[in-house]
Amino acid sequence: MSGISKSGKGPAAPSRRVLIKAGGLGLASLAAPLSGITNAAPVSGPLQHPAYRFFTASEAAFIEAATARLIPGNAESPGAAEADVPIYIDRALAGAWGGGAGLYRSGPWQTGVPSQGYQLKLTPAELYRAAIGSIERELGRTGTAFATLAPKDQDAFLKKLEQGLLDLDGVPSNVFFDVLLQNTVEGFFSDPLYGGNSNMVGWKLVGFPGAYASWYDLVDKHGIDLSRRHPMAIAQEGTEATPSGSHMGR
Amino acid sequence: MSPTPTPKPVDAVVVGMGLVGSIIAKALVDAGLKVVGLERGPMRDTVPDFLAPAIHDELKYSIRKALMIDAAKETFTFRNDVGQTALPMRRIEMFLPGNGVGGAAAHWNGLVFRFQESDFVLRSHLEQRYGAKFFDPALTIADWGVRYAELEPHYDRFDRLYGVTGKAGNLQGVRQPGGNPFEAPRSKEYPNPPMKELYAGKLFRTAAEQFGYQPFIGATANLTRTYTNSEGLTLQPCMYCGFCERYGCEHFAKGSPQTTILPVLRQKPNFELRPQSRVLRINVDRERRFATGVTYLDAAGRETVQSAPLVIVSAFGMNNVRLLLLSGIGKPYEPATDSGAVGRNFAYQTLSAATVFYDESVRINPFMAAGGTGTFIDEFGGQNFDHGPHGFVGGAFIGPLLTGGRPIEFHPVPPGTPRWGQSWKDAVQRHYNHTVNILCHGSSMPTRGNYLDLDPTYRDAWNQPLLRITFDFPKNDLKMSQFVTGKALEIANRMGGKLVAGGARQGPAVTTQYQSTHTTGGTIMGDDPSRTVVNRYLQSWDIPNVFVVGASNFVHNSSYTPTATVGALAFWAADALVGRYLKQPGALVPT
Repeated sequence: MSGISKSGKGPAAPSRRVLIKAGGLGLASLAAPLSGITNAAPVSGPLQHPAYRFFTASEAAFIEAATARLIPGNAESPGAAEADVPIYIDRALAGAWGGGAGLYRSGPWQTGVPSQGYQLKLTPAELYRAAIGSIERELGRTGTAFATLAPKDQDAFLKKLEQGLLDLDGVPSNVFFDVLLQNTVEGFFSDPLYGGNSNMVGWKLVGFPGAYASWYDLVDKHGIDLSRRHPMAIAQEGTEATPSGSHMGR
Repeated sequence: MSPTPTPKPVDAVVVGMGLVGSIIAKALVDAGLKVVGLERGPMRDTVPDFLAPAIHDELKYSIRKALMIDAAKETFTFRNDVGQTALPMRRIEMFLPGNGVGGAAAHWNGLVFRFQESDFVLRSHLEQRYGAKFFDPALTIADWGVRYAELEPHYDRFDRLYGVTGKAGNLQGVRQPGGNPFEAPRSKEYPNPPMKELYAGKLFRTAAEQFGYQPFIGATANLTRTYTNSEGLTLQPCMYCGFCERYGCEHFAKGSPQTTILPVLRQKPNFELRPQSRVLRINVDRERRFATGVTYLDAAGRETVQSAPLVIVSAFGMNNVRLLLLSGIGKPYEPATDSGAVGRNFAYQTLSAATVFYDESVRINPFMAAGGTGTFIDEFGGQNFDHGPHGFVGGAFIGPLLTGGRPIEFHPVPPGTPRWGQSWKDAVQRHYNHTVNILCHGSSMPTRGNYLDLDPTYRDAWNQPLLRITFDFPKNDLKMSQFVTGKALEIANRMGGKLVAGGARQGPAVTTQYQSTHTTGGTIMGDDPSRTVVNRYLQSWDIPNVFVVGASNFVHNSSYTPTATVGALAFWAADALVGRYLKQPGALVPT
């Protein structure tokens, strides 16, 4: 089970050095309650915060709350929070992809038509920062933070974002929402080495076996029930009895 | 920076070391030429680049597209028609431009079809069958200048090189049970037996047979047994790992330049492979009569000239077009005046699907699949049915092409399901392992308005204009899609599911979702130098020591996958080079 639990209970906090080492391996799900480590100002929210590399404390609170509505869950039926999706998104934004890898960034910039796709100047990191900042100011006007709204009000706000009803200081809210949703799905289903899909809860939800990939002997056993098989992550393969890439099948 | 290198002249320079480049380079090397193969991307090989478990990383290879070009450095601009301003694909989703040694054939899914006999003489065929006024005059369909019978031995060579698996449906004109009854006649059986049938394929087969259709297992370059190919290289049986297209194969079980030819080619003393060598332009003499070689950037970014009296352009279809335009070879096509040839007849693929949602007792296990595992019917492909009542040309093969169940890309939900929240999560859990997509893989007809040229505004990281794509689905193809999708839905409704969804392809063409990497046209082949770029031997009409080979030669795109036809054209061109051109350099077809 993930060391991050809503009850706040768990094993003793590891030293900061152990935590950073764990984070570097992408095993952020091992992070135990961080009573010894502080980020910026304390924030409210269901999770106790690991060391975010990109998000500020208030951005993290928004992301944790928003992703928990996009893919809801609890201890019995894990969702985005239990999968550490916010960590996945944080790592993605702090890294090359967040900085614009894979994005053509030369101008001139024009709006274009929908078939021409994303045409903003912003890298993903810039997009998140601008959008969340704008959302915080928007909600600040009514004196609430997203994380403190009731779930149904959070959903209503997310729907407004999704439908493009808000202009986030020049960023159409649906553009931000679509990226957030895509990143949430990625964080739920990608290999755990990227910080999300902790304990492979995303894969377990659907029955995807993960990085295990040797089906020659079973492919023609149509309809076979494999639901009790444990998925395998990239970091785990090779620790099983069957070596990785073996032709032996199971 | 160290001084610019000046490599010694060679006999031939091959631009692009993918499927085509590797085949042609090998033929020239075997004929005794000194050949340099230039590849813009990095060296790639099964070991170390495609090894499990690292290769089984959906985020890295499918979503972030590690084996493709980096849009930060280069991309394409796109518009639906000349009324729009083309804008860059700031993220490339629509197709997968491969990068690196092996090209797209290192990470394709392997599905193999031949084109029909009628495809190569499509205009004549349609006019004879239905009359000259049958199809929309905006469609620039034409005969290719080469016949299927001439290419047949070269299709066979491709099969034997790539270890293609399947069951023949037509051997020397005689129908064979178990194969595609509509396929063009083959001289020989496939070199390897067909893949195993997936559960999804079995469900489709049972339903399709109720209509009297004749389903067959798709031919593919995913191997079904240990096989030593025509170059003496051994491939291994596919493990149905579900990480095929967008991935290199760790098992040596997918036909690719790495597994079929490069290990032999690279041993030849008269061949040199230079990866990370980006060709900027083909150099032409002052009178513009012949090419003198190419200018490229080496791995350190130094501008280098490779002299050679023969230049092979095999850089992937769209890149072929761009390189000719950047080099000023041939007259660029202009739609307003219908003049010029380079960039003309760009086409794509017209895809749609029907989806069957099953009861939870039906476990599809989509993750057990290879790139080409499918059971198909071809009753509505190509020219296989009477189009008279329908008013369109072209068609589609139909069937479930399950290539894996990687969950970021594949988490089907019924129509009406919200995109997020508890209902979405419940639907994903409910349907992931109980859903089958039936693909309609439809043809793409060329039009006056769909074409390629150089963008006037946007440039790549090397300051060269990007290639501009002007494309939308012609009405003809949307009508075709309506028809074939209707057929797919009929079958889907008999497959025993609880719910069937799906619909035809709708315009406009969009860049925001993946459809296919089967972009074709732009350096089309034919007999008319004013309307084509290469003659029937794939030799440039304008510069006779330049040969341009790839899907850019296609005059239209058929309902079938293009790769085997590209392979056949590669062998066909190699033969023309070795058997004709090298014996007597010059124009092989009088202009």
